[in-house]
Amino acid sequence: MAVGKVLTGNYAVAEAVRLSRAQVISAYPITPQTTIIERLARFVETGQLKAKFVRVESEHSAMAACIGASAAGARVFTATSSHGLLYMSEMVWWAGMGRYPMVMAVVTRAIAPPWSIWSEHNDALAHRDCGWIIYFAEDNQEALDYVIQAYRVTEDERVLQPVMVTLDAFILSHTYAPVFMPEQSDVDSYLPPPGSRKLPYRLDVDNPVTHGNLMYPDRLMEFRYQIQRAMNNAKQVIVEAGRKYGRISGRYYESLIETYKCSDANTAIISIGSSAGDAKDAVDFLRNEGYKIGFIKLRVIRPFPVEELREICSGMKVVGVVDRNVSYGLGGIIHGEVKTSLKGVKTTVQSFIAGLGGRDIRVEDFIQVGKTICEMADKGLEEQPPIWVNLKREVIP
Amino acid sequence: MVTVRDLPLEEYWLPGNASCPGCPASLGLRMLTKALGNRFILVVPACCSTIIQGPYPKTAANFPILNIAFAASAAAAAGVAGALEFQGKSDIPVVVWAGDGGTADIGIQALSGVAERGDNIIYICYDNEAYMNTGIQRSGATPYGAWTTTTWTGKKEFKKDVPMIMAAHNIPYVATACVSYPIDFVQKIQKASKMKGTKYIHLLAPCPPGWRFPSSKTIEVGRLAVQTGTWVLFEIEYGVFKLTGPSRALIDKSKRKPIREYLKLQDRFARMSDEDVEKLQKFIDSQWEHYKLLMETSKGMK
Repeated sequence: MAVGKVLTGNYAVAEAVRLSRAQVISAYPITPQTTIIERLARFVETGQLKAKFVRVESEHSAMAACIGASAAGARVFTATSSHGLLYMSEMVWWAGMGRYPMVMAVVTRAIAPPWSIWSEHNDALAHRDCGWIIYFAEDNQEALDYVIQAYRVTEDERVLQPVMVTLDAFILSHTYAPVFMPEQSDVDSYLPPPGSRKLPYRLDVDNPVTHGNLMYPDRLMEFRYQIQRAMNNAKQVIVEAGRKYGRISGRYYESLIETYKCSDANTAIISIGSSAGDAKDAVDFLRNEGYKIGFIKLRVIRPFPVEELREICSGMKVVGVVDRNVSYGLGGIIHGEVKTSLKGVKTTVQSFIAGLGGRDIRVEDFIQVGKTICEMADKGLEEQPPIWVNLKREVIP
Repeated sequence: MVTVRDLPLEEYWLPGNASCPGCPASLGLRMLTKALGNRFILVVPACCSTIIQGPYPKTAANFPILNIAFAASAAAAAGVAGALEFQGKSDIPVVVWAGDGGTADIGIQALSGVAERGDNIIYICYDNEAYMNTGIQRSGATPYGAWTTTTWTGKKEFKKDVPMIMAAHNIPYVATACVSYPIDFVQKIQKASKMKGTKYIHLLAPCPPGWRFPSSKTIEVGRLAVQTGTWVLFEIEYGVFKLTGPSRALIDKSKRKPIREYLKLQDRFARMSDEDVEKLQKFIDSQWEHYKLLMETSKGMK
């Protein structure tokens, strides 16, 4: 029987790490991630989780320690946010390029200056090119579910790439909500025994190998290709992991995307992370007003759900991508990726920038987005430059 | 007391590696395998030894190596040690092999963190006194007066004293060594491998291309570094300071050769004026005064 609890997103992540029996944890405090590692430290010190906790002096060292532990065959976890993620960035790349299985929770937070502790997705999205699988959680339940699934995915021999599970600052990280936790015995049956994976490249004195020594141009491309292949394989493995997770939890995750009222829609809003619930409410409102609109949530943005999007969007006239991030000088990052994915599909892809620095993306904001794309669909309008939602133009000099 | 006869004949650091002629890092790695055999895990940040191992798919190491980013070796080793501890394999030493730049400069934060926590690793800094792998740029460990490609008129600052920084962390074992005295080095590695916690060994590694001396003179330059007192062999075991090997006799200043004998073999010091040499001599003498004090305070300690 699953246990229902009321947990913050951060505590849900910590519970998932405990249930997954992580063996080496290394992390450094940063708001708003800190309560994850506080809870894990307590689990370790009270014997609820048998693990080695390496309390490092920086995020750079946290990821380095995770790489060392993963290389030696342990099941590994870390968590960070914003500046912490950027500070460890060199090692995040090292983990991805070195193909070290591990799971990292990233509580998405704006990057300073000015100082801000609220949600924005540029921190995680700055790491979309480094060989990490990246989940975006909509709510605390998904945060817990994705962490457990992530261990299955990262250790699958068809994948062997690290996995990032993101949850939005405060909206999820510090907000209590009901979460159903699977039984320990069910998680034990779902995940391979920790530390059991047989990697060809594990550090082992009885079978010495060298990790990461110099490689000349005649070989390196083939290694990069294998990472790309692993990320392609991950699409199937993520779906398998989500489906099998349904058997122990009753919650099935059978696609890289979640669709809401899309079957007869000629427009759709697309977003990632915690704003999905508000977007669904907006769709309900607009449906009542007669708009044929749906919503598409990307659960996973690496690997990117290209085929899924092409299929669901193929009949639609306009989709509006709401990005809680900006690639300055271009526009929303997910917008650009959706547009690339829909090449050849006759769907207009409109960019909306919203919720930067933790500003609420309200239901009425999504309603406005929905009305805008429906109008574009009706009138056959061309794509406009990125539309900044709820922007206070009056305070801009 | 270990003698050459006690060392294993097996070679785990293999010939045909990519080091320069007369390379002290390669010598030191061989000595490391003479001390530990092949049952240890080596962690190597960006440094000459990254290249010396040889390129994929070959390696000169018949023991496992984890190559890691420049600033990260101590922390990565802590992660390896953490996993081994969890697996009940703490008897396998985890050894960092880092250059002076990776230790005194970019890697010192992670190293300090490891030492403060007491992670169970041996950290060896092979100190060739500059960023040799990138082409002889000055580091925090470059000595006063030395030419490098970023100090064309000689370095204006004195060498950072990393062993004493590590001693200030109150770790169980801090030692210095020099490739010219292999038995001293091997003994120190073996002693460190029998202790729990963080152990630090700082190995002077005279570098022919970087220090500008003929590749046949690595050992001779290292010996003169010690004989002139420019480099001092010591160990600090649980806080007790002790000079070792030939440095024991040199507490008496009259036994120390003038540093000029060491400097004159190396073109990197060729531009030093008499005043510069005197300034460096004074700095070295003052360090010896410090060691004298440490010896006195160590008396009666156990």
